[in-house]
This record gives sequence, C-alpha cells and structure tokens, in this order.
Amino acid sequence: MSDRQERDQTRVWMQQLPSGDVRVESPLYHADLPSMMAINDDAGADTAGGVALAELPLQAHLVIRGRAEAPGFQESLTQALGLQVPTRLSSVSDGSQTLRWIGPDEWLLTAPASQAFDIETKLRAALPGHVAVVDVSGGNTILLLSGLHARSVLKKSTSYDVSDRNFPLGKVVTTTMGKSQAVIRRVDELGWELIIRRSFADYLWLWLQDASAEYGLSVHE
Amino acid sequence: MSQTNLRISGGRIRRDRPIAFTFNGHRYAGYEGDTLASALLANGVDVVGRSFKYSRPRGVMGMGAEESNAIVQLGATDATEVPNVRATQQALYDGLVARSTNGWPNVNFDLMGLVGALAHRLMPPGFYYKTFMRPAFLWQSYETLIRKAAGMGSSPVAPDVDRYDHMNHSVDVVIVGAGPAGLAAALAAGKTGATVILVDEQEEVGGQLLHRQAKIDGMLGADWVEQALSILLSLPNVTVMARTTATGYHDHNFITLHERVSDHLADQAPEQSVRQRMHRVRAQSVLLATGAIERPLVLANNDVPGCMLASAVSAYIKRYAVMPGKDLVLMTAQDDGYRAAIDWHDAGHKVVAIIDARVTAGDDCTQAARSRGIAIFPQSGVIEVIGTTRVKAVKVAALSPNGEQVVGNPQTLICDTLAMSGGWSPAIHLSCHTGAKPEWREDIAAFVPGLTVQKQWLAGSVKGDFRLADCLSAGSEAGTATAAFCGFTSADAVAHQWQVDDWDDGPAMAYFHVPHTKATSRAPKQFVDFQTDVTAAGIEMATREGYESIEHVKRYTAMGFGTDQGKTGNINGMAITARALGKTIPETGTTIFRPNYTPVTFGAVVGRHSGQLFDPERYTALHRWHLAREAVFEDVGLWKRPRYFPLAGETMDEAVARECLATRNGVGILDASTLGKIDIQGNDAREFLGRVYTNAWAKLAVGKCRYGLMCGEDGMVFDDGVTACLADNHFAMTTTTGGAARVLEWLEHYHQTEWPDMEVYFTSVTDHWATITLSGPQSRALLAEVSDGIDLSGDAFKYLDWRQGSVAGVPARVFRISFTGELSFEINVQAHYAMHVWEAIFALGDRFGLTPYGTESMHVLRAEKGFIITGQDTDGSVTPFDLGMGWCVSDAKPFSYIGKRGMARQDCIRTDRKQLVGLLTVDPNQVLQEGAQAVDDPEQTIPMTQLGHVTSSYFSHCLQRSIAMGFIRNGHARMGDIVYYPNLDGTATAAEICSPVFLDPEGARQHV
Amino acid sequence: MLYIHCPYCEEHRSEEEFHYKGQAHIARPDDPDNCTDVEWADFIYRRDNPRGEHKEQWYHTVGCRKFFNAIRDTQSYEIKTTYKVGEQPDMAAGIVTGQQGSNAS
Repeated sequence: MSDRQERDQTRVWMQQLPSGDVRVESPLYHADLPSMMAINDDAGADTAGGVALAELPLQAHLVIRGRAEAPGFQESLTQALGLQVPTRLSSVSDGSQTLRWIGPDEWLLTAPASQAFDIETKLRAALPGHVAVVDVSGGNTILLLSGLHARSVLKKSTSYDVSDRNFPLGKVVTTTMGKSQAVIRRVDELGWELIIRRSFADYLWLWLQDASAEYGLSVHE
Repeated sequence: MSQTNLRISGGRIRRDRPIAFTFNGHRYAGYEGDTLASALLANGVDVVGRSFKYSRPRGVMGMGAEESNAIVQLGATDATEVPNVRATQQALYDGLVARSTNGWPNVNFDLMGLVGALAHRLMPPGFYYKTFMRPAFLWQSYETLIRKAAGMGSSPVAPDVDRYDHMNHSVDVVIVGAGPAGLAAALAAGKTGATVILVDEQEEVGGQLLHRQAKIDGMLGADWVEQALSILLSLPNVTVMARTTATGYHDHNFITLHERVSDHLADQAPEQSVRQRMHRVRAQSVLLATGAIERPLVLANNDVPGCMLASAVSAYIKRYAVMPGKDLVLMTAQDDGYRAAIDWHDAGHKVVAIIDARVTAGDDCTQAARSRGIAIFPQSGVIEVIGTTRVKAVKVAALSPNGEQVVGNPQTLICDTLAMSGGWSPAIHLSCHTGAKPEWREDIAAFVPGLTVQKQWLAGSVKGDFRLADCLSAGSEAGTATAAFCGFTSADAVAHQWQVDDWDDGPAMAYFHVPHTKATSRAPKQFVDFQTDVTAAGIEMATREGYESIEHVKRYTAMGFGTDQGKTGNINGMAITARALGKTIPETGTTIFRPNYTPVTFGAVVGRHSGQLFDPERYTALHRWHLAREAVFEDVGLWKRPRYFPLAGETMDEAVARECLATRNGVGILDASTLGKIDIQGNDAREFLGRVYTNAWAKLAVGKCRYGLMCGEDGMVFDDGVTACLADNHFAMTTTTGGAARVLEWLEHYHQTEWPDMEVYFTSVTDHWATITLSGPQSRALLAEVSDGIDLSGDAFKYLDWRQGSVAGVPARVFRISFTGELSFEINVQAHYAMHVWEAIFALGDRFGLTPYGTESMHVLRAEKGFIITGQDTDGSVTPFDLGMGWCVSDAKPFSYIGKRGMARQDCIRTDRKQLVGLLTVDPNQVLQEGAQAVDDPEQTIPMTQLGHVTSSYFSHCLQRSIAMGFIRNGHARMGDIVYYPNLDGTATAAEICSPVFLDPEGARQHV
Repeated sequence: MLYIHCPYCEEHRSEEEFHYKGQAHIARPDDPDNCTDVEWADFIYRRDNPRGEHKEQWYHTVGCRKFFNAIRDTQSYEIKTTYKVGEQPDMAAGIVTGQQGSNAS
C-alpha cells in the first residue's frame, strides 16, 4: 500500500461511535417502547395468540459490495467474517453476525453495535479487487415481528408471498412494506426480522401497530 | 308486524334471532339470515325506490348482484352512510337504517314522478344531452338538480368511523363462485393439496342449490352444500370466503376480492375488527364458476313492483321463507322458469297461469305444472302489466310462433306478482376484465367468455352449461385441471360422479321482447335497463336517429351505465338493437364489462392507507426536538422539514425575519439531514463524477468539496449538490432533498446499462448521516467550543474543505460549505447521535445568539445570494447557461459528459432563450408573485407578449427590500431594463433586471 | 398489476417493486459531439410504439436494484421473457407471465 493510499484511506472511514458517555437514540427512541412493554406487563397480556413486536436497535449495519464471481472475493469475505457468503435471497448467521444477500453484488451484514469500525477495517484489508464497504448503521434499525398472526400482519403489508413454501427459514427478501420497504428475513417458525430505514421507522411502526390491532399487539425487548 | 303474514315455513332464516331495522323512517322486523330485500318483501314493502329518469315506483326484482331497482342508501349517521347498496346483497343486522336512494322529496310522493308521468314524452333518449347541454355554462347547475331529483345516492360527509384493510395472497387456484360448479371444483382442487381460495359474493355458499328442488346423491341441494363445505373447511390448504365478491380480474392473474367482513354484524362486530377487506390475490390459475344471471323479459310496464325474476321468486320462497305475493303469473321462454311456479304452488299459494312464449315446453316441466293443475298458455305472452305501485293484473295474448306479433285478443288475468324468465346470461364480467371478447352461442342464445390471455378456466353456467349435472362434473374436471396446472395431482384420480335427480330441461327460446298490440313506440313503456330507465322504444329511436354501433347506442341511451352495469338489461338491449338494425346479435356485437363487478366502497379501496398512514412521513433524527420547539413543518418529498420556528405570537414573516437576521448577524442552525447522500467508491469513481456532472472533477483533491450541476442528455439541469473527495477512489455526494432517490437511480442506470465496466459502487447513506448546519459569522466560534481535533482557522480549514474530527464527543465529518453565503459548517454525525450533538451545541449556543432556522429562512438566505433551488428555479427546460452558471460547465473534459451534447443543440444556443436574472421591484416594498409573467409593455392588449416568469420571490429583511429571481427572455443582456408584472387588478408591478446576487457579490462573508 | 420475473432474483415479483424505464437497447452514441441534432434527438426522444412485442427496460427498485430487460406484448401485457443487461433474450426460458391460455376446460 502506497503512502498516499494509506493517508487517503485513513480519512475514508472512521470510528463513528463516541468513546465517551453520549446519549444514543435509535430511530424509535421517541416511541418509548419500554413504556409500552410496561403496559404489557401490567395487563398481563397473553402474547401467544397475537403479534409481538420488538426493536433490535443500534446494531452495526454494513453494506458490502463486490463481484461474487471475482477470484478470491468470497473466500476472503468468508475468512474475514467466519461466515459463508449467502447465495441468492438467503442469509448466513452465526448468532452474532448475520450476512444477507441483497443483490448479485451486494450484501448486508449486521453485527453487534460496537464492531462496525473493526469489521469495516478488517474487510477493507481483506477484500481484494473492486469492492466497497459502507457503514450504514445510523440509517437502519431492526424490527422483530413474531406471534401466531405475524404472517397476517406481513400479508397486510407486502404483496410478497410469505407462505412457508415460498419463504423458508433464513430467506431474505427486499420488498415493499406499506408504502415503504424492508429487508425481510425469516428467523424462525413464527418470527420475522425487518430491516427498515431510519426515516421511515416511525411510519412503519405506526403501520405495524395498526395492522396488528385486530390480533392484539404486545411490545417486547 | 306485518311480516308474519308473508312468512312461510322453511327457509334458512334464524327465527330465533329477530332483528329490528328501519327503512325510510319506518321500523320493521326481520330475522338473522334475511337480506334487506327479503325483509322488506316480508314486511309487504312494495315500493323501495323510484326510477332514475321517469321516477316510476320500483320494487325488488332480483335476489343478488343483478338487482337494478332495490338500490338503497345505507347508514344512520353522516359518518356511516353508504350509497348505492343493493338491498338484495345487504345482510340484515339489528339496527340497520336504510332509505331509498331514488325519490325526492320522498319515495311515495315524488316530484319527478309527476313530471315523469305527465311529461315522459318529453324525455326521450339523449334527453339530457339535448336539453341540458346548452348553454354549456348552465350544465353544472342542471347537473346538481338532476342528481338530486334522480337520486344518485349521496356521499357521506363525515369521516368514516370504520376500519378497512387490504391483505395480499399468493395461491395456486382462485375459484370464483361457490355454486355447484365452484364447490365441485374446490373439492377436486382441494384434495390435491394445491392452495385454493373459494369465494362467493352471497352471505353463504351454495348459490342456486340453496333454493332448488333438485337432489344430488339423494340429498337436497342445501344438504349437499353443507356436506361439501364441511369437507372444504377440513382442508388446511383451502380457504372459503363467503360475502366476498371478486370485483376485478386484472393482468397476470391478479384478482381483487372485496370481503364484507363485518357488514352483517355492524355494531356487534368485535372491537378493532375491520368492516371490509380488499384481498389482492396473485393466483397461478383462476377458475370462474360465476354462474349466470336471469334475464327479465321486455314487456309493457315490466317495472311495476311485483314483477320479479323467476329465480328470485324461488329464492325468496325457499331460502328466505317469504311469499313475494299471493297470486302469480309466470311469463317464461324456458323450462327453468316453471320452477318458480312450482315453488309458489307448493308453498300453498295460487299460480294463476304459466304463460310460455314457446309452442311447446319440455316434458318434465309440463308434467310438473299439469300435475298441480296449473294452467299453461303456450305460444302466448304477457303483453302488459297493469298497476302502478303493485301489479294488479296482466294482459295476456296469443303470439305468432316466433313471438314477434300479437295474434289473439288480449285477456286480463288478475294477479299481484309476475315472474319473468327470459333465459340465462352467463356472468362473463370477470372474463371481460381480462380483455376477452365475449362470444355469442346461438344454441343457448347467450354470450360466453371469449379466449383470454390469462390462465383462466371456466366451469358451469358461465360457460353455458346450465344443467346441474353438467355444472358438477365440469366443476370437478376444471378443479382437477387448475390444480394439475400448478403441479398438484391427487392419487384419487377418479372424478366423483354425482347422481343428480332433476328435471331434464328442454331447449330455451331465444326470446327477449314481448310485443304489444300497439307499436313499440306507442305501447306503454317496455323497460330494458331498469336502473337507467332505458326502454325498447328508446333503443329503437336511437337506431332511427342513426346510432348503429352498440357502443353508440349504449352511450346515447345510457343503457348499462348504472351501478349494475346492465347485468339484467344489456343482452335484451342488444337483441332489440340488432332487430331494429336488421342484424343478428353477433353482428351487432356486445359491450364489454369493466371492473368492478359490483360497486366497492372507497374505504375498501383505500384500506389502511388513510389519515396518518396515507403516505409515509419521513422524519430526521432531530424531529422530536423540532416538535418540542413547535416548529411549523413543510412537506419536502415525503419528509417533514421545519419551515420556521415561531416564538409565541409570531407570524411566519416575523419568524423568518428574525431567523434570517440572526443567521446573518450571529449564528443560525439548520437541520439539513434530509439532503440526499450517496457514498461512491471505486477506482473509476472520479471519472464517473466527471461524466454525470457538467464540471470538472479530475483535479479535486482529497479533503476538498465541489459544487456540481447534473443535467439530462437534453442538457437541462435536474439536480445539484456538493460532492466531497474522501479519497482518490471514494467520494461523498449530496443531492437535493427531493432528488435523492432519482439521482441514485440515475447513477445506477448509467453504470449498469451504459458503462458496466467502470469500477464504482453507489450506496445511499441519506439516513445514516445526520447533517447539522451552523451558519453565520459566529459559527466558527461556536463550533470551536464544541468540537475537537479540527483546526478551524481560516487558513487551515478553507471554504470548500472538509475535515474529520469530533463534535460534542461524537466523531464527525465537517464540511465547510455554504448555502447562505455566510461562514458555514455542515456537521455530519451518525444519526443515532445527532440529538446529542444538536443539544450539546444548543447548550453552548446562547452566548452566540444561536437561532434555529427552517426551510423558509433558508430559501430567503440563499436567494439573497442568488443560489438556485433545482425544481423551483429550474423546471426541466433550463440549461446551466440559462441559469448564468456557465462557470459550472467544463468544455475541457475528454469524455462527452451527460448534458454536453444536449446543451449544444441549436435551440439551446439561441441567444434569446429565457435566462435567470435578479429582479428588484421599483417599489422596494412590493413583493412579486412567484409564477407571475413579465411583459415589456403593460399597456399591450391581451394576449400580451410574455418574457418569462418569477421563480423565487421574498422580502429580504437583511436588505430591507423585496428581491426576486426569474426568467426573462434574453435577460442576461438586459441588465438595468425595467419589465412589468401585470396584476389581477389591472395594475402592473415594475421591476429592474439585475444580477441575482443581491448580497456580498465578492463572497467576502463566506471567505473568512 | 404485472407480475415480473427478475432475472437476478430469479423470482416473480409484483409490479410495485419495479420502475419502468422505457424502451430497451437505446445505446448512448459513442461520439455524441459529432452527432447531428437530428441524431441526438433520435437518441433522447424518439421511441418505438409497437402494437405487440416491445423490448423494454425495468429497474428492480425495491429489490436487488438491478436493471434488466423484458419483452412485453403491449396488447396483452404478456411478458414473454426477461433477461439481464448485456444478455440476449431466451424465449424458451419458461418464465412467461400472462401466458396465452385458455378457457382451458
């Protein structure tokens, strides 16, 4: 690596998280989900029959671009993350990190919040050829939708076929959600993960609350 | 209550669940299981509405979607009104309130009725066109009166209190219609494991089986339906939905199903439940088992209450346990009609006679009638009905063998009900939605669905197979075929063979119009389309006046234009048109049905996309602060941006004046997070920028920013923004707030389709970075207090530099760029930390007079500097040169960048193009209207020669005068000229053409 | 609402996920500066308007963000096939939507 490249790259990406004691606000901070959880507790709500919603806030979100077929690309990515590179419309997860196929040359990685800079640094060092890594942690949040009627809520929200035979565990689909969009991943039998954009979070939160109303909604951590 | 007199035993109503309802202000009683129509009949309500044009009394004629008379206004309050509800399709519920749609001032004394009765000769077809269209300027007031008098239903005026919903489905097979064919199909498809949705528009599945005498495998129809339903409900892959209408059949097998979820429960519906739901279904295959609609016969006064479809008579007797009258005459042209007479007789009431237009009827039906002692008049017709608000008698006469002439002397038969059975018209509506042209089948005298491009199957009466046994076997075969098409077969491959015990119906006669002793034009009205009051005489007149195409006849007479789309009338009308033209029906052709099959409430169309959820509202990470500060918001795209932050009692002008002056004199703060931001990486990133921007990017150094204009291939500006060089192969682009998505798509489009070999990736980071702008002479001092790691001095951090450091302890990229002309810093931090940074700045801001400003002040501040806003000062017809921004266009770039060739076109290099200039009103207190047109000579007669329009105009408190920007033809060469902006009051505002840079043209304020 | 096969996702998706981008295979001239005004107008404005098969470009906006081409019948709206940028259409790909069908039984 030439001196110039090194100097340039130190400016390209940075540790974006503060080291000190700084208040951090997820996109749904203002919705005060903890107070809604308290309502669940007070009411002793039976969540089994309805819909449960939780925000998994402040995760590291990294967009990884590269040519899947380029020599060494997938191997390097796998080596750097310890994850196989998911194929079309699928995901690979080790419990802490999840890598999702977004398009033929695009993947979305999520990981614990504090790791964004380290992972970005690691990937930039590891990935060969024409690649890009972009930290988009501040632009996204994750919603977890579960319960017996979670699928009905999805059917109200997207025209994508969310039946078992079309949407097995681990599948990832970017599609419409209300009049916005989401990256949807099937996480278990009754559970779905939605990655949504920060600026649409409030709209989608209202949308999902409204869509869930007839089934009974509870909010969880 | 009178209803008990007309109720008979049997039926499917719940006698243990009585229901009270109100119609036209009177309280009545009915039962659960009734429709509004059956309950009205049970209560002896003959007149349920008035007709559209002649205001004639009308009663219930049918029993389902085909009803064209009993159309009512439903709902007790302004918020729950529903117009145009067919009483035959509205389940009765406790507390239902309905009133006649037609009839003003009321249904029993009707002003238009008098007019209609006295003056009906004055209302020929085309009446409205002929009478009201001139003078044209009065049409609007005529229309209001006509609508009120004719009764088109009224719209609710208060917000709808009910909830509506949409739901999407992807399934293998959708089966429309749960009569015998649909049920048999669902049984066959369901057992293969294919996913099946079976819908029926009625309150319960079964169709005609619910009221027919025929037996299947020894079971009554209704019992067979119950058995089939229980099998279907046990299959997890099958969904059965009653009270659900397939309203539209769209491209690529997309079908909309309108489910009335709780219309039958009304107030008893569970809390939070939706009233109606629109299901949007993508089906691998669609099976139409939509059945057929019975045609009335066109005969004199066939609209008098008491004239009903024969099948409806049977349904009311057998299904709803209601006798529609006491003494029946049946007029038929087919065996099937006899069933109504048999049901009537078997219910213990008198059948006066069966009048059959045919020379001979089938053996089974003849035998059934004879054995009950019912008189049959072959080769005869009911030529006229006597009565006004109820049938009192009918005139019957012998006809010629083809039914076209009266050959005998009429005799009068006393009766109160006339059942009519002209034949069955297949319900081809959904097939028509796919663009399929109906085909005429001579053997059944009916149109059947034509070939379609959709993956569509047909079974039962819709195909012209009217016999019950055929419906069942065809349904079974089609159900198997649709599932097989989707890859599902059953091990149990043998189709079930049902034993059907039914009459063997003989051939029907193609018969539509019963003649009168007088010519059609002189006979009493013979109605074809009941909802729009089209008569046989009217159609004949239309053809006499030269309308030969059925589409023209339809439009001239309004046939088929009602909310029923002519379900009962169209075929009769086409037959009469054909005869009048001396053509056959297929030669005359047919009109095409369009979505929706029956009217759909706006609520169901809208679903949950209303109120707060009508459109997404996008918020920045600082939105909560803006709310707390009581900002007034402005919509920019989907974003909510603070327009200004009024202090108590301030007007917008006062707030904007304060915000602008504070920024010019101290420091202002703006939430600029909505700007589009695109991360661009790759070895060819720099070259790519050079191709999409009009200016040069080859030499932009790391650490520097540059403003750029983006043009289309036509050379017209469509977006602008500042792009920073993060590294030689890495750039951060900003776009306008509204242009973010479009620009990203633009970049991807060129990369993927024109220059796929270029090494560059684009990623939206609009939401990731929050952007806080500090602007004003005090911005540096304030930022110094709150930032670390950045040398803010003018030498170290120049205009158009960017630096990395921390602000309020949060890592940040700071760009020294300015949209106000003041010393400015744009602070970018990860959005999750934006509120902390914003509040930390405010904690220190008092000392500097820190003032939040909104988009309105931003607009004034930038206009003082002559900075454009694309989309406001540009409109897609403006080149960079037109804007006076030739400095932003490079002619030295080797690649012919986007826009270069376009702006070199002959028309773009004219010297007399409209060009953007500054405008100073001669009276500094006058503010020009944005959009106002300039002229040279305000005294010129209209139309004046227009020079161009004002694009931006404000009162500048900083300059203590109005300022404006606008286009003037050849304006760059006209500095100092006076132009005029004519006002509505005849005066004109004079303004001087000047440079658009009103403040600090040297840039001294931002280069500090 | 059309049902469109994305050749990258290898699935059919609803029309609302896509943007229509007009006629396909309109190549940007190699040497714009030496195009006549008429040639340039052909490139930026003039398009075919066939009754029948039309090659057109679509963008999988809410999805994989890839551009691709489709052959669509402008009368029946049948999509014969879709194919990636840079590829030739494979009419036998078996991904037809709105197949000429049938009142099959």
